[in-house]
Amino acid sequence: MQDMGEALTVAMTLVLSGDDDLIEIVALSLRVSLTATTAACVIGLPIGALVATNRFPGRGAVLVVMNALMGLPPVVVGLIVYLHLSRAGPLGFLGLLYTPTAMIIAQTILIAPIVAALSRQVIEDMHAEYADHFRSLCLSARQTVQALLWDARYALLTVALAGFGRAVAEVGAVMIVGGNIDHMTRVMTTAIALETSKGDLPLALGLGIVLMILALGVNALVHSLRLTAVRQAHA
Amino acid sequence: MKPLRLAALFCALSLPSAALADDILVQSTTSTANSGLYDHLLPIFAEATGIQVNVVAVGTGQAIRNARNCDGDVLLVHARPAEEQFVADGFGASRTDLMYNDFVIVGPSSDPAGVAGMDDVQPALEKIAAAQALFASRGDDSGTHKKEVSLWGASSVDPANASGDWYRETGSGMGATLNAGIGMGAYVMTDRATWISFKNKQDYEIMVEGDADLFNQYGVIPLSADKCPSANVDGAQVFADWLLSDAGQAAIAEYEVDGQQLFFPNAPD
Amino acid sequence: MREAIIHGPEALTAGAIPASNLLPLRVRGLCLTLGGRRILNGLDLDLGPTGCTVLLGPNGAGKTQFLRLLHGLLEPDAGEIDWNGTAPEQVTSRQALVFQKPVLLRRSVAANVDFVLRSRNLPRARRSALLDHVGLGDKARQPARLLSGGEAQRLALARALATEPEVLFLDEPTASLDPASVNRIEEIVLKAVRNGTRVILVTHDIGQARRLADEIVFLHGGRVAEQATADRFFAGPRTPAARAHVSGGLVL
Repeated sequence: MQDMGEALTVAMTLVLSGDDDLIEIVALSLRVSLTATTAACVIGLPIGALVATNRFPGRGAVLVVMNALMGLPPVVVGLIVYLHLSRAGPLGFLGLLYTPTAMIIAQTILIAPIVAALSRQVIEDMHAEYADHFRSLCLSARQTVQALLWDARYALLTVALAGFGRAVAEVGAVMIVGGNIDHMTRVMTTAIALETSKGDLPLALGLGIVLMILALGVNALVHSLRLTAVRQAHA
Repeated sequence: MKPLRLAALFCALSLPSAALADDILVQSTTSTANSGLYDHLLPIFAEATGIQVNVVAVGTGQAIRNARNCDGDVLLVHARPAEEQFVADGFGASRTDLMYNDFVIVGPSSDPAGVAGMDDVQPALEKIAAAQALFASRGDDSGTHKKEVSLWGASSVDPANASGDWYRETGSGMGATLNAGIGMGAYVMTDRATWISFKNKQDYEIMVEGDADLFNQYGVIPLSADKCPSANVDGAQVFADWLLSDAGQAAIAEYEVDGQQLFFPNAPD
Repeated sequence: MREAIIHGPEALTAGAIPASNLLPLRVRGLCLTLGGRRILNGLDLDLGPTGCTVLLGPNGAGKTQFLRLLHGLLEPDAGEIDWNGTAPEQVTSRQALVFQKPVLLRRSVAANVDFVLRSRNLPRARRSALLDHVGLGDKARQPARLLSGGEAQRLALARALATEPEVLFLDEPTASLDPASVNRIEEIVLKAVRNGTRVILVTHDIGQARRLADEIVFLHGGRVAEQATADRFFAGPRTPAARAHVSGGLVL
């Protein structure tokens, strides 16, 4: 267990030193996972809202599939994306394999179902409450979805954070499609995996602590933004 | 946030890192990357040629499979029969011996099988099997795993019968297998370079070394333009030529960790 | 169709509006079963063009569901609802319903009104007059969800009035409110009636029915048991169930 203490020291040293390599890795982690979260929201929120507000044949099956996809194994997502982006694959001509874009694509696929499934639940609960009022106003489907997305925005922020948390913490997908290339596609999790494989457990743990600080920072930032917004206007 | 601003943000963030056209990508075994060899070589090469080299470090089996998908420009691995097959299948332009080191078997200082100091690998493996001492295998079709399987094949033991018993196949990379092996007190076969630079040794020591069978040859293969027209074969050839040149060979020889040379250049003259 | 003559805020309190051509209402043989329970059982009703009709009846008489049927939020199992020949898909948008528990958006008071105005392409400038009209002018910036029960119900009324409904349904708008709030809400309702809005109100408060009603419809057993002018009804209900209800007795 002396590794834990050493890891904390390493983490503190890393953070305080402002090491260029570390900053680069942290920045790439944030860039990849925040972009993936944004893309997953752009894709997942409308899907979640549409499923939440509509009744159609096979809806039950859609719900089961959406919820099951939340458990997509990162490695499988990585492999599927790899097979498509590989130069031998159908999208190989894009030259995206081993780039941050490939990592963003993989993480987007990984977390879009999470955003869709969780937002579906949030929006459905709110829709149950609003439905009569909206029907009384004769709102169109589009107006209904827009109003629900806006009113559920704080709950949906938490949904987005859940997606971000999964993206920034996963290693299997970005390892395969990013290749953990130094100064190019190395992110926090692949760096941790690398240091672990080198047997440098204190450094790996230290990086892990930095990653947790990072996640904490993003969550704290969102939380304070939300508090400010709530205070300023609308509960 | 307005959709437009979201879209703009997305575009700004998702622009791929401008990968220069003359960059090259090496599909490599892990030992050369994890031991820090590339960190030593690549700046020298970049200085000499201006070419940026990126490395994807995976097991030899995975590296060859990736290269068969043309996902890379150069293959640098250590499993000669598979490498020759790769060239024979037309994916590689040519295969050349680059350097060597050797494999060792490491184990806990308590040495439950009593193999410490042995320099004959088959009897050592047989003793481990006879004592049913734990042995952690890569089990991942890597170069090291292929080597280990061939060593067992030459012995009187078929460890597959003991898989899950004293023979533990981790299905992971060298580092992960060392971590697992050390965690369970098992013997592990590893290349010397990875072992010397490995930081989580605990009470582990080299038990078996020095057998000619433990020789570990690395080869370098630029990809073939015929099978992989999109590969940067020119850059790949420049890199391979440099590695095999006197300058490249000298750079390999001078790389040391803790005062020990990890790789021994042996390119043909 | 009635001319849209309400433009300025003054219209909210100005003189009479021509009667809505949604009326007279003719309901025949209305049946509704919910959750295996027969709620309405061949209900017939005719409503005239003006005034305030109060629906009375014991718990479970189907008053709330009847309002939802009239407003087009529910489909009956059988029977017809005829709003003076108006096509069913046009009915809902010309009416408004204030629910017993107001459904307020998680936005400011002003934004709740704006939302309704925007959904109907009405000028947002009307908002402040509407809020002043229900006495919430000084609370425009507050989160709607932090309003008291009475304030929330007045905001719901402002939203309902924002659409200039020809028919205004109110489902127990003052249930569990303090007397002062009840007063203010009744004033707003009376003003709406005086302006020519056809009001149909459900209440359990007999005093409120006396104060607001021009006409009483007493529901019992899934049908209209008694329909009469308020004066005539309170002078002496003719059915035993209505008599018991008015005198505070238990009606089953």
